Amino acid sequence: MDFSLTEKQKMLRKITRKFAEEYLVPVAKESDEKQELNKTAFKKMQEMNYFGACLPVKYGGAGLENDTIGFCIVIEEISRADAGWGITIAVHNGVAAYPIYKYGTEEQKQTFLEDLANGNKVGSFCLTEPNAGSDAAGVQLTAVKDGDEYILNGTKIFSTSGGIAGTLLVVAKTGDKDSRREMTVFIVDSKTPGYSVGVKEDKLGVRASNTSELVFEDVRVPQENILGQYGDGFKMAMRILDFGRIGIAAQCLGLGQAALEASVKYSNERVQFGKPIGRFQGIQWKLADMACAVESARLFTYKAAFIHDKGEDFGTASSMAKLVASEAAMQAAHDAVQIHGGYGLMKAYPVERYFRDAKMGEIYEGTSEVQRMVIAGNLLRKGV
Amino acid sequence: MKIFVCTKQVPGISEVKIDPKTNTLIREGVESILNPNDRNALEMALVLKEEQKAEVIALTMGPPQAEEILREALAMGVDKVVLLSDRAFAGADTLATSYTLALAIKKILKESDSEENYLIICGSQAVDGDTGQVPPELAEELGIPQITYVQKLELSEDKIVVERKFRATEIVVIETKLPALISVLTDINKPRFPTMMGIMKAYENSNVIYFDSKNLNADISKIGLNGSMTEVKKIFFPERNGKRIILEGSPEEVVKKLCHHLQEDKIL
Repeated sequence: MDFSLTEKQKMLRKITRKFAEEYLVPVAKESDEKQELNKTAFKKMQEMNYFGACLPVKYGGAGLENDTIGFCIVIEEISRADAGWGITIAVHNGVAAYPIYKYGTEEQKQTFLEDLANGNKVGSFCLTEPNAGSDAAGVQLTAVKDGDEYILNGTKIFSTSGGIAGTLLVVAKTGDKDSRREMTVFIVDSKTPGYSVGVKEDKLGVRASNTSELVFEDVRVPQENILGQYGDGFKMAMRILDFGRIGIAAQCLGLGQAALEASVKYSNERVQFGKPIGRFQGIQWKLADMACAVESARLFTYKAAFIHDKGEDFGTASSMAKLVASEAAMQAAHDAVQIHGGYGLMKAYPVERYFRDAKMGEIYEGTSEVQRMVIAGNLLRKGV
Repeated sequence: MKIFVCTKQVPGISEVKIDPKTNTLIREGVESILNPNDRNALEMALVLKEEQKAEVIALTMGPPQAEEILREALAMGVDKVVLLSDRAFAGADTLATSYTLALAIKKILKESDSEENYLIICGSQAVDGDTGQVPPELAEELGIPQITYVQKLELSEDKIVVERKFRATEIVVIETKLPALISVLTDINKPRFPTMMGIMKAYENSNVIYFDSKNLNADISKIGLNGSMTEVKKIFFPERNGKRIILEGSPEEVVKKLCHHLQEDKIL
């Protein structure tokens, strides 16, 4: 067993960290307040090829399609600067661009990947509906065949990047009224008539990232835009989410790392009772626990990425990584605010934002409870 | 047209620690980086490459770990990188370094097909040694014109016109024929970040070319410690003794007292 990163992975970390500190950190607070991604940062992110992170060079990507640890490092470093950007890039790559590369036809790849790779179009994955949250099989948006096309009708909610997306993966019910799980995934261009963006959500955390309601009214999608097999959409969605969760784990990891670093810095600087608060055991124990939590998140996340790249079954590992990393981020952010005391509650320090951002991780892309359900389900079905 | 950029791997923090016994920098636990000023040199070379047809070659002398900064240069967009690495190069001062770099440049020029013109761009100085001596010495070794502290450059077929910073506020405009060497200042441009695609290419599609003393047919007496005319006797932080005197009285009285102190300390 070798835990060392490759030279390339180390370089990815070094450059992404430096880039994020220069272009994302200075505008993170403002992006949180304005609830939008900074335009200059967006352009720079495009130039740096982050939108094409896990796509092959052949399709305009940065070539990390077989280096998911490298991809995690990139997401981690972006999220360390701004978790809102972290989730945007993780979702764009993990559950929109990569699935088209992985499961799409050559024609679909040619049609959609270039614009996703260069960030001219943002990707979104649309599963959640008012009545289909943790119970993903409850999807009610329908797709009905009409000649060579399918007509989509219904509403999606809480779609990450939905409001700014140009390419959407939409999970639609294609079975009988009473059937559950008979679904199909469609690739939908946001310019298709009948498609519109509804309410933009005003969220607790990762506010720089867009979360929107999406409305489909007689949206006609050609049948060649079906991703994978017709009727196989539920399984496809679950497979897409399995990979996506590795990216989310990396996003939570970066956030936890940021909370830990801010706390160590503050513990060395803040003087109370005549000495830096880091000299007090009460603070030390918190720092030690935070560091352990963040390191666990890192090990779980990289391990899931490693298993994925070996071509083995990684579903349980990715759920574990997402669960451990999101809870580690929450713990680290919680302790970070506590260590900062009154200042931790103020907008002048970033830990207040980390705290709000961290809570998101325990909910989206499957709540902690859903992750436990997946892990236990796999244990009972496949054995330990 | 070839553009050579000389680079150096340096410790990544401004406050390095010194081993009092050996008088050398403690490098353990200190991140190594590409000398910041060399990024400006690389940026200038890459802009020239985009504007005109040129091949950009980055060189460094150092241990095999120095490959890292050359990969970074590749990721930024340079065409070729050369690492001068040999135990015999160790302990080189600026003179021995310049001699070795000159051999490498001569070798590359000799091996290229045409009688190409060339330009060498260096950062003005490295943040560790801070001597700024290698660029001028390298130009002397090669017998070509040198212009230091350049802040702007125009390149045409066989000549360059540069603005050289002179004293605090003055600028001197100089024209010279190629080949030539320039050293550039830190605030002349904003070095680009290597893109993800650049990093991918740097690690997967490129090789670092290694030269050792044999490849270069180096004169053993001129390289490494043997070839060094200078020796570092001691490196130390100046001690701060915290001795302060506060002078009081009217401005006239204070000035008088101050002059008296300065005369006593033989400063005036």
